Parts: sequence; C-alpha cells; structure tokens
Amino acid sequence: MKDKHPASLFVAPPRVVNIGLEAFASELASQGVEVIHVEWVPPADGDPKLADLLSKLGV
Amino acid sequence: MEIIENANREALERMLGGDPVLVDVLPASEAIPALTERMILHAGPPIEWERMCGPMRGAIAGIAVFEGWAASLAEAETMAAGGAFEFHPNHHFDAVGPMTGMTTISQPLLVVENRAYGNKAYCAINEGLGKVMRFGGNDAEVLARLAWLRDHLGPALGAALRDLGGIPLKNLIARGLTMGDEMHQRNVGCSSLLLRELAPTLARTVGAGQELSEILAFIAGNDQFFLNVAMVLGKAIMDPVRDIEGSSIVTAMTRNGTDFGIRVSGTGDEWFTAPVEMPEGLYFPGFTAADANPDMGDSTIVETIGLGGFAMAAAPAVAGFVGAGAASEAANTTRAMAEITLAENPEWTIPALDYQGVPSGIDIRLVLETGLAPTINTGIAHREPGVGQVGAGVVRAPMDCFKKAAWALAERLGVS
Repeated sequence: MKDKHPASLFVAPPRVVNIGLEAFASELASQGVEVIHVEWVPPADGDPKLADLLSKLGV
Repeated sequence: MEIIENANREALERMLGGDPVLVDVLPASEAIPALTERMILHAGPPIEWERMCGPMRGAIAGIAVFEGWAASLAEAETMAAGGAFEFHPNHHFDAVGPMTGMTTISQPLLVVENRAYGNKAYCAINEGLGKVMRFGGNDAEVLARLAWLRDHLGPALGAALRDLGGIPLKNLIARGLTMGDEMHQRNVGCSSLLLRELAPTLARTVGAGQELSEILAFIAGNDQFFLNVAMVLGKAIMDPVRDIEGSSIVTAMTRNGTDFGIRVSGTGDEWFTAPVEMPEGLYFPGFTAADANPDMGDSTIVETIGLGGFAMAAAPAVAGFVGAGAASEAANTTRAMAEITLAENPEWTIPALDYQGVPSGIDIRLVLETGLAPTINTGIAHREPGVGQVGAGVVRAPMDCFKKAAWALAERLGVS
C-alpha cells in the first residue's frame, strides 16, 4: 500500500497551491510560505440550477 | 449542444469576416429616414424619462434646445416629463452613441458599411473631452460645438470620404493595436492614422483657409476622435451576427446610466437587463467617487468585438489612466477575457502577448461558468446634468444579464 504520509512533507518547507479564497494565499505569503494562488469560483456562482442548465447547454 | 456549437461557428464566421469601411458622414435624417422630429435616440437599453439618470436628462434637455424643440433647458425638461419626445435606443435604429448617446435628426452621423454583408451602421461625431453632451453637458458652449459639427465638420468629412471612396477600417484597427490603442479609452494611434488618411483629401475638398485649419485642428486636438468610429464599426460588424438560432454569442452590450443591457444572437433582439454598476477608476482634480454617475453609453460595443477592456494588453498606458493597476495587470485582463470568448481575432493581434489575437465572441455560457464578467474601460460622467466628464475607470457587466439570457436561450431551445 502506498504511503499516504510521505516523510518529505514534514522535513521540507511546505509548497502550497491555494484555490479560491485569495485571503488564505495572502496570509501564507505574508509568513514567507511559498504559495501559488489559483483564481477560481464555483461554476454558475454556486447556483445549482444554473450549473445544471449550463451543463445541458454544453459547457 | 450541437445546435449551439454550429450556431456559434456561424456567428464567429460572420463576426470575423466583417469588412467595415467608413464611407460617409450624413445628416441623421438622411442616414436614418425613420428618425423624425421630436424623436431622441439614446444609449443603452430602452428607458423612460422617469428612470433616466442626471446626465441623460441633461443631454436630452440640451439636444431638445439644439434642435429648436424647446426654448430653454427648463422648458425642454418639462416637455420631456410631459411626453413631448419619443425615446428609443440607438441600437433599434442601426446606431450607437457614446455615454448619453444622443442622436437626433440634424446631427451629422458617421456611416460605416460592412461590405461583407451589405449593412450600414451610424454614430455621431466625437465632440472632444471635458464638457460635452455625451457626458450630459448642455450649456451654450456645448451647443455651439454641436452646431459647428453639423454645419462645418460633418459636411466636410462627408465630402472627403465620398471623394476617397471610403476608408477601410479593419487594417487601421490592426495598426492601432500595435501603437498602444485599445480603442475605448485610448485612440491616439487610430485618431492619428485616420487624420493622415483624411488630411490630403480634406485639403482638396475644403480648400486652403481658416475652415480647413479649424477642421484639422479639431481632429488633431482630440485623442478620442476615433472612439466613435470604433463604435460604429463595432455595430456594423455585430449586426449581421444577430438572430442566429441557438447561438450563445453576445451581439451587444450597452448601458443607459440606469440599466445595463445585453443582446444574444440566439435570442434575437430581446434585451436582458440588470442595474448598471459604478465604475472604479481615477478622477480628474477636484472630483471624487461621490460625484460619479453609474456606467453609461453604447461604447461597450467596442468590448463586444474584442477591443477596449478585452484588448487592454495592447494599451498599458490605459491601465494607468483608468486605475486598473500595473501594465502586467493589463495583460491579465486580456487573458481573463480570453476565458469567456470562443476565438482570437487573427487580424487584430497584440504584440505584448506574442501577437495573440484579441479575445472575440463572448459566450454567455463561459461568462456564467467562469464567473468572469466582461471588463469594460469607460469614461465617468458627473452625476448631475450639465457638468461633464469627471474621470475614467473600469466596470464589469452585471452577471444577472447573462443569467437571464441563458434561461431565455434554453427556453428557445426547449432545454429546462
């Protein structure tokens, strides 16, 4: 079984990919943590009915 | 859905295949025969007098005095409130107009013919910066300038353009993009190129003297002279894209200072509206955000064809002027707009993005999927009538317009 907790996670500095809320990335960056922020919002602004419609319209 | 993909392919072919040529300047009564006495065309989707913002009301009062329908601004406002004038959007008459977008019978209109599809579109001549009617200005100075446009510049430009056989615009835009223009808040390159095309012919058709000097000085003194040309070519390009069954591509975006409205090809000429947003930007000395009117004008037709905010990467100087941040942010704006469009325009490319084409064909599905609303570069009018421009900034199209359009398109396609 593959090790789910590789030792390197605890011995190397963390490298973070942050998705969505930018404040998390800013906070980490201010503490010197290497972080890449990915701008992302839920499809259709989180509206499940609209998301369903968009999937039917072929997005 | 296959019907949408096929329809959008057709829409893009028509959009990118347009061939706009500036062919004439004509009095509005000749260019648009359906335009008659006491009819006032305005920017944005339909709106009644009671809901119009301050600058729009100011411009209407001013244009009514200019046309001789009222003796004073006060009388014009009373007449407007009493139903003496008929109001319609420019878009309903193959026309566009910046900011308040006043179009009435005696004004000279730029005429652009889309030679690939045979349609024509119209727009008034740009008045210059500062206190002007498009920003709600309506004093004697504003009206005197409009009279000069009507009696001198308009006829002279019309004669020169007819003599030239028209000026093709597609290549002119391509060159402007390499000179730092995005064609909404920066038109320095294209205004200069247009003047270079016109000046020798104007010298011949107008003749040497004071009149020629004034005409050349007016065009040369207005960095935004080309804005109205960019708008009318946008209208001429997008009109043949209207009404393609199933297409989810936006054919018009516009605002009247109260509502923002969009049209989508697959839903015909129906408007989808939402309250317009306030631009974020920089203000001229002495003015602040408290003075600003909400977003206004048909000029968003420029973004609809992939210019303006969509081509911000071509115009780093604009990023500073509209308060959008560093030059690198300008490139990011264009990249973001590429996420909500279906194609790049291979003829309109941006050197700073390794000659990537401007993002073209706004797909309402992509806008809603990504949550990225179209970014618009805009001028900011004072909220009170008669003052004029107070700044420039960036504004987003409201998402509700796109949500309403998606539901309407789905209904037409029988999807629920």
